[in-house]
Amino acid sequence: YASLYFCCAIEDQDNELITLEIIHRYVELLDKYFGSVCELDIIFNFEKAYFILDEFLLGGEVQETSKKNVLKAIEQADLLQEKTETMYHSKSFIGFKKAY
Amino acid sequence: MPGQRVFLHSRTLPVRMVAPSLKLQDLIEEIRGAKTQAQEREVIQKECAHIRASFRDGDPVHRHRQLAKLLYVHMLGYPAHFGQMECLKLIASSRFTDKRVGYLGAMLLLDERHDAHLLITNSIKNDLSQGIQPVQGLALCTLSTMGSAEMCRDLAPEVEKLLLQPSPYVRKKAILTAVHMIRKVPELSSVFLPPCVHLLHERHHGKAVGLPILCFSSVDRRIENRMGTPAHRRRVAHTHRHTRNRLSCPWPPPFTSPTLTPGILLGTITLITELCERSPAALKHFRKVVPQLVQILRTLVTTGYSTEHSISGVSDPFLQVQILRLLRILGRNHEESSETMNDLLAQVATNTDTSRNAGNAVLFETVLTIMDIHSAAGLRVLAVNILGRFLLNSDRNIRYVALTSLLRLVQSDHSAVQRHRPTVVDCLQETDASLSRRALELSLALVNSSNVRAMMQELQAFLESCPPDLRADCASGILLAAERFAPTKRWHIDTILHVLTTAGTHVRDDAVANLTQLIGGAQELHAYSVRRLYNALAEDISQQPLVQVAAWCIGEYGDLLLEGNCEEIEPLQVDEEEVLALLEKVLQSHMSLPATRGYALTALMKLSTRLQGDNNRIRQVVSIYRSCLDVELQQRAVEYDTLFRKYDHMRAAILEKMPLVERDGPQADEEAKQSKEAAQLSEAAPAPTESQASQLLDLLDLLDRASGDAQHPPPLDPSPGGALVYLLDLPCAPPPPAPIPDLKVFEREGVQLNLSFIRPPENPALLLITITATNSSEGDVTNFICQAAVPKSLQLQLQAPSGNTVPARGGLPITQLFRILNPNKAPLRLKLRLTYNHFHQSVQEIFEVNNLPVESWQ
Repeated sequence: YASLYFCCAIEDQDNELITLEIIHRYVELLDKYFGSVCELDIIFNFEKAYFILDEFLLGGEVQETSKKNVLKAIEQADLLQEKTETMYHSKSFIGFKKAY
Repeated sequence: MPGQRVFLHSRTLPVRMVAPSLKLQDLIEEIRGAKTQAQEREVIQKECAHIRASFRDGDPVHRHRQLAKLLYVHMLGYPAHFGQMECLKLIASSRFTDKRVGYLGAMLLLDERHDAHLLITNSIKNDLSQGIQPVQGLALCTLSTMGSAEMCRDLAPEVEKLLLQPSPYVRKKAILTAVHMIRKVPELSSVFLPPCVHLLHERHHGKAVGLPILCFSSVDRRIENRMGTPAHRRRVAHTHRHTRNRLSCPWPPPFTSPTLTPGILLGTITLITELCERSPAALKHFRKVVPQLVQILRTLVTTGYSTEHSISGVSDPFLQVQILRLLRILGRNHEESSETMNDLLAQVATNTDTSRNAGNAVLFETVLTIMDIHSAAGLRVLAVNILGRFLLNSDRNIRYVALTSLLRLVQSDHSAVQRHRPTVVDCLQETDASLSRRALELSLALVNSSNVRAMMQELQAFLESCPPDLRADCASGILLAAERFAPTKRWHIDTILHVLTTAGTHVRDDAVANLTQLIGGAQELHAYSVRRLYNALAEDISQQPLVQVAAWCIGEYGDLLLEGNCEEIEPLQVDEEEVLALLEKVLQSHMSLPATRGYALTALMKLSTRLQGDNNRIRQVVSIYRSCLDVELQQRAVEYDTLFRKYDHMRAAILEKMPLVERDGPQADEEAKQSKEAAQLSEAAPAPTESQASQLLDLLDLLDRASGDAQHPPPLDPSPGGALVYLLDLPCAPPPPAPIPDLKVFEREGVQLNLSFIRPPENPALLLITITATNSSEGDVTNFICQAAVPKSLQLQLQAPSGNTVPARGGLPITQLFRILNPNKAPLRLKLRLTYNHFHQSVQEIFEVNNLPVESWQ
């Protein structure tokens, strides 16, 4: 992860070493998602970087400690996005119904 | 029209656009391609214009793309507030793409300082109750990132409902959203306490519905395997059927299967931690679950549960750290809970693999927990030893946390930390500034009477080579430690001397006063001191504090200098002319501060009685300085000259050796320790140095003002030309039992402030101070505001002043009443801050009132 730098703001009673692990885990998630992540990946896909972060941390706390689960959640969300895009652009699209 | 793309490359094209201009990727490339800041600004401004137009036209299809571009531009630091409303529109849309970008935009652009943020509350409410998991996830995420107190209050019922939903994906997010809500609105603790209890107990009864980590409480791997049996899966599938039907589209197992997502346990622990930190009732309640927590952690540490949650051999360090943190809060100040945890903590401390950072993180948290609860002595020593081991670790981060933690522990577990002193001292050599600074602080804290000589040697060596920003702290630390633990006076003097020669410019202002006082008190060392100082001065006259002390000493003990006999140093043959020449050199050097020159001149004068030879040279020098431009020197020279000419018979008596001056003894040490900047009230220095005015830091700092505001004696002098009205002077006022004299506390250009005191006999703790501001100058005083502060143990109430203008030439004064409650009869200290306009200038004065009459608080 050559050219990536991360800053994290924590409270003074927080454990600094586990924060390092959090950063490391996040980078691993990005790496898995983008495949050998580099600076450009994050720049050109910044919204994805945010989405991944939002599956890993919530309100400043770790929400999911399994790499697999985080990546699966992102995958599902991406799938949903793709599906709705194709639905949206197809001719038969009328409106978005709640029931899938 | 959607679908059509029009590329705009010139501003002359019509502004009405329905098509997007650049794709996000293209925009980013263009921005990155800009060679200068100005070029980048141009690209961005152009694009923002397009985006704004697109927003105005209300194109729903590409709105999300426009917002994404805007967010990128926002990340670079450019204004993006016009996108706020678009976020709202996107969130309200039913398209998932829109929602995703819309919520992200809300998190980045909306914040609770602007009222616009409340508008998304309704959308969030709708999305939360919709039942589409990813959408619920987005809503919860946004709520926990930027949810303000009002939003949290409104949406608490929704989140509460979601806490008990079967889907683990939504549940874990809801739990953490609850944590945020409690942080924003502590009253919501009562709302989230019952579900929390339920969550924890639910695991306990083995109900696998949506709570996978249930298996940990009292279960081992066998049961975990059992979870995978078809029968169980069928049962779970049945329970989830209704949920699955709602999510028939792309929701394969991960979101509904109960075997994954231990996030719920982590979330629950986080929520319980937050509750216990906020509410003592919750704390009491959750103390009962300490045994369960201990069991969970034990199972985690010994058997682990899955490789996907572990990092380099340590099972789920995030969860371990969170549990340890909760145990810390539960065990604090509670014997019983602490005892329950002791074994487990010892086990974790000894069994964790420390080859990688994950293990060290867990170990660190364990150490913090051990130190915070009532742990057994042996355990505490173990913890300190772990920190000591951390100090030897090659990873800088680990050394850093070790140093900061040891610093926190050094007061309470001094002897345990002492054992690691050599390692700490080695850390002084760190190249990293934050590490060496902490090592310095820790080393200074470890100095005690038995190791003072060795430590001082190390510290002095460090002082010589340390980076400049640490010099001041190191020097003052050494001086303080020397004062507390000096084994002999001579050692003390040597140490101070060494510090002055090495880092003279960085020492605190009172070092000079301290040293002169110290030397003055050590009669047997006068000869030694003066010789050493003379040698040091002869070598280098640039270090001002050293020069000042040396000058003073030579002046006082010049006769001893010339005697030539001193066992402790090599014999030194100094003749009078050399001494005088040296002092003259100091006097004339451009490196000398005005204060230093004052010292030198006085020293020369004193030598006139100490030396044998005739005084012509001295008289000459003194007479030259009678016309010096520096007023202070001029005054001295004139006075000394007069001494020679008219009062020669008194000269010897006046210039006798100074008697030892008292200073506030041990009290001064406490003050110095409590507030670094407290200037000590030392009167040892015959000439006050300008540098005695120290900075205003906290309430109890003393501020010396050259004009001596508070030096006036209590009885008031009527100020010239003004009729002053003092409340207590009115004869009809009932006299208090023992009238406390009034005090003039401030005067500047005709504006005066006086205090008068009343102690009503019926309430001995009460003190009424009336401040009166008068103006005898030619200009009005307007916008007069007086603020006051007292030490924390007293209560102060300021009543409204009678006005805020004092007309010129003795116009009606402003009065204001202060009520001070002092039930503990603590010594009264009062600090005043005045602001007013006078002669078209705004004046601000901050000062502490000295010479407060004792009767005002006793």
